[in-house]
Amino acid sequence: MKRVMKAAALVMTGALALSACASADGGSDAKDKTINIVGFAVPEAGNKAAAVEFNKTDAGKDVKFSGAYGPSGDQSRKVVDTKGKDTDYVVFSLEPDMTRLVDAGLVEESWNQGANKGIVSSSVAVIATEKGNPLGIKDWSDLTRPDVKIVTPDPASSGSAKWNVLALYTYAKSTGATEAQADAFLKKVFANVSTWAASGREATESFKKGVGNVLLTYENEAILAKQNGEDLDYVVPDHTFKIENPGAVLKDSVPVAKDWLDFILSDEGQLAFVSKGFRPISDVDISGVKVEGANDPSNPFPPVKDLSTAADLGGWSAINKEWFGKDGQKLRFDKLYAEATKK
Amino acid sequence: MADTRQIRARRGPVAYALRIFVIVYLAALVLWPLYEVGKQTFAPAKAGAEGGFAAFWERLSDPSVTYAFNLTGTVAFWAVLINTVFGVGISLLIVRYRFPGRRVLSVLVDLPMSVSPVVVGLALVLAYSTGKGWFGEALEGIGFYIIGTTPGLIMATAFVSLPLVIREIVPVLEEIGTDAELAASSLGANGWQTFRRITLPSIKWAVIYGVVLSMARSLGEFGAVKIVSPGAEFRGETATLLIQNRYTNYQEPTAYAAAFVLVLASVLALVVVSLIRKEDH
Amino acid sequence: MTDTLVSSPGPVPTRNRPSGRVRADSSGRLPLTLSSGLGLGAALVWFSILVLLPLAAVVGAAAAGGWGSFWGTLTDAQTFAALRLTVVEALLVTVVNAVIGTVIAWVLVRDQFFGKRILDVVIDIPFALPTIVAGLVLLSLWGPDSPVGVNIVNTRQGIFLALLFVTLPFVVRTVQPVLIELDADVEEAAASLGASRFTTFRRIILPSLVPAIAAGSSLGFARAISEFGSLVLISGNTPYETEVASLKILKFLEGDNQDGAAAVAVLLLVVAVVTIVALDVISRRVARRG
Repeated sequence: MKRVMKAAALVMTGALALSACASADGGSDAKDKTINIVGFAVPEAGNKAAAVEFNKTDAGKDVKFSGAYGPSGDQSRKVVDTKGKDTDYVVFSLEPDMTRLVDAGLVEESWNQGANKGIVSSSVAVIATEKGNPLGIKDWSDLTRPDVKIVTPDPASSGSAKWNVLALYTYAKSTGATEAQADAFLKKVFANVSTWAASGREATESFKKGVGNVLLTYENEAILAKQNGEDLDYVVPDHTFKIENPGAVLKDSVPVAKDWLDFILSDEGQLAFVSKGFRPISDVDISGVKVEGANDPSNPFPPVKDLSTAADLGGWSAINKEWFGKDGQKLRFDKLYAEATKK
Repeated sequence: MADTRQIRARRGPVAYALRIFVIVYLAALVLWPLYEVGKQTFAPAKAGAEGGFAAFWERLSDPSVTYAFNLTGTVAFWAVLINTVFGVGISLLIVRYRFPGRRVLSVLVDLPMSVSPVVVGLALVLAYSTGKGWFGEALEGIGFYIIGTTPGLIMATAFVSLPLVIREIVPVLEEIGTDAELAASSLGANGWQTFRRITLPSIKWAVIYGVVLSMARSLGEFGAVKIVSPGAEFRGETATLLIQNRYTNYQEPTAYAAAFVLVLASVLALVVVSLIRKEDH
Repeated sequence: MTDTLVSSPGPVPTRNRPSGRVRADSSGRLPLTLSSGLGLGAALVWFSILVLLPLAAVVGAAAAGGWGSFWGTLTDAQTFAALRLTVVEALLVTVVNAVIGTVIAWVLVRDQFFGKRILDVVIDIPFALPTIVAGLVLLSLWGPDSPVGVNIVNTRQGIFLALLFVTLPFVVRTVQPVLIELDADVEEAAASLGASRFTTFRRIILPSLVPAIAAGSSLGFARAISEFGSLVLISGNTPYETEVASLKILKFLEGDNQDGAAAVAVLLLVVAVVTIVALDVISRRVARRG
C-alpha cells in the first residue's frame, strides 16, 4: 500500500512538474503571430468570426488571437494600469475609454483621424424582453410601469450602461420634456432597476437567470443571445441612440495587429461582424446577408426612425462632464441614481 | 474506545433517525448536485449540444482548454512548492524556537484562511499594480511585473493556500516533542542532519497531507486570480476562469466539462488524503 | 505538553556542547541560532511580501480618504445593506452548521454503517471544490434548469444554500477529533448513576464539545462572510436584496472606486483577524484544560 501511495504521489508531482515546464509561453515566433486583444464585454463573438476570415487572408495566415473581455471602463483602466503590457489591439464600448489610453500615451493621438473616425463597430440601444414579450413592451416609456423589473449595467464600470442612460435621456427630450421632466423620467426608470450589472454581458447573464424581466442592451448582444438559443426577444424603439465602438492598435504592438485593424474595417471584416449582429460602419452591401437571431433575419437592421448620436449631445467629453465623471463630484447620473434608489 | 461503545450501544430510534438525517442531508446538499453536474457534462440540456464521452473529450482537447489546465497546474505546482518550503520552515521556527513576536506570527500565518479571495486580489493589486500599486513603479523599474502575469497568479494562489501546510505540521511537531532531536544532537548530529534524518521523516505524513490539501485549494482558486489575471485565452486564463468565461459566452458544455475535471481532481485529492490518513494511523 | 528535557532552572544555560546546541528553556523552546535566525528573517521577508504588505496596502487605501470617507462608504445605504445581509446570512449558516455539524460528527464517530467512509469523504468535498464549480454544482440542481423545479437564483435562500454548502466541513472537522478522544468512562459512570442518554449528552458530552464547536463555527463564519466564487453565479446583485460584501468589493474595484473597495475589505479583514484571534484563544484554553 505504501509503495502504491509513494508511486502515486511521485506520478502526480511529476505530471505537475512536467506541465510546469511545458507551460504556455511558446517561442518568440509564436509571440509575433499572436494578437492580444483587450475588449469590452460583448464583441468576443464578433472578433472570433472576423478572426476566422482574417486567418484566410495572406496577412492573417497562422495568426493566433488571445482576447480578454470585460466591462469597458474596467478594461480600459486595466490597460492603463499595466501600461499596455502584452496588449496589441483594444476595442471599447465608447470613445472616452479610448481617450484614457491616448492620454496615457499608449495609443497615437491620430487614432481617430481615419475615414472611419476610429470606429470599428456600431449598433443601437434596444430593449430586450422575455420570449414573446409578455409584458407588451413597446417603448422606453413602458419602463416606468410598476410590473417592470429592469436589468441594466452600471455606468461606473460598463460602457453599455452609459449608452442606455443616454438613450433614455434623449428619448425623454424627443417627447418634448424639459430637463427637469427628463430627470424625473430617468428617476422613475432607475427605481425599477433590479440589478446594476458590472458589464453588458453580465447584464445579459443576470437577465438569463431571471433577475429581471426587461434588459437594456446593445442590439448586437440581443441578436447574439437569440442566435445562441436564448429565450428572449428584443424591441428596437422608434427613438434610440447610436452606439459606436472605437478600436485601435497600441503604439507598442505586434506589426500584424495593424493588418488586423485594416481587415476589420474592410468589407469582409464588417460582414463578419454583421453576422454576429453588429450594424456595419461602412456602406458594405448586406442585402443578401441573413443574420440569424435578428427579428427579421433578411432585414436585420431596420433604420431607426429617430436616432440620436453622441455628437448631438456635444461629443463624449461634454457628455462625461455632465453625466458620468469622477473625482468626488456627484454628477448628473450619480445624483439621479442616488435619489432613485433611496430607501 | 469505539468498540466498547458499540457493544453497549442500543441502536435506539434516535440513533437511526440521526443516521438517516445525516445521510439525507449530505445526499441532498452534496451528492445530488454533483450528480446533476455529471449529467449536464455528459448529457447537456442545451439544444444542439452533443452528449457522451467523445464530445466531452473533444471539448477538453480544445487548445485553449488544455492551455488553461496547464496554466492552473503550473501555478498550483509553484504555489504549493513555495508554501511547503515556507510552511515547514515556519512551523519549525514557531514550534521549536522562541523569539519576540512568535505568538503573533503563529496567529498571523492563519490569517489567509479567513481572508476573502476578493480581498486577496485587491490587496495584491493595491500593492503591486504597475499603475497604482505602492510598489508598482519600483517593480517596473526592475522590469518585474506581478499583476497580469504568471508570477502574480502564483502569488495570489500561494496567499490563499499558505496556512494549509502549516496547520498540518504544527500539531504534529508539538506532539512528537524534541526528544529524538535532542538525542540526535547530543550524539553529535548537526542541525541539518537532525532535520533531514529525524525531523523530516517524523512529519512526513503531515507534510504530504498538507501538500495534497494545498494542491486542491490551489487548483481551485478563483476570486483572487480573477482580479490579478488578464484572464484571456492563452494568456492568464486558468481553469476556474475558463469555466466562468465559457459559461457566460454561450459555451456551457465546455464550462461543465472543465468543471467536471476539477470535481474529479478534488474528489481524487480527498480520496488520497483519506487513504493517507489510514496509512498514518 | 511534550517537553521532557528541561535545563537547570537557573539563568542562561551555556553553550558547552560540541554540536553547539543550546539547551532549551522551560517551555522546551530554543533561542534562535544564527542559521535559524537567518531562516526566520527570510521567512518573514517572504511573508511580508506575500501577505503583510498587500494587506497593509488595503488598509492604506481605506485610510487614504480619511475617516470620513471610510465611514461614509460603509454607512452608504446600499453598502450597509450588503454588509448586513452578509453578516446575517453568515450568522444563520453558522448556527445551522453548529447544530448539524455536531450531529454529523456524532454519527460519523458513534455510529457504524455501510458507506460511512464514503460520507467522510463527501463532507470534505465542499472544501476541496473550487468555488466557481460549487456555484455551478448548486445551480445544476437548484437553478433555472432545476430537475425539481426549484430556482433559488438571486434569492436570499440561494445565498443561504451556497454558504451552507461551502461551510459544511468546518464544525464537523473540529468536533470529530474531540468526540473520538472522549473518555467513555465518564459517560458510563453517568449512565450507571441513572442519567438518561440525553442528560448524559447535555451535561457531560456537550460541554466538552463546546470549544470545538466554537472553533469550527468561527472558521465557518469567517468563510461565509468571505465567500465569493459560488455567489458569483447564484446572486443577482440586486441592491438591498442579494448584494453581499465580497461582490460589492469587486463591483467597487471594477467601478474605479478603490477606496470604497478597500473600506469594505478592511471591514472583512477586521472580522478575519478577530476570528483567528478568537480561535487562538479557544485553542489555548483547550490546551490548558487538556
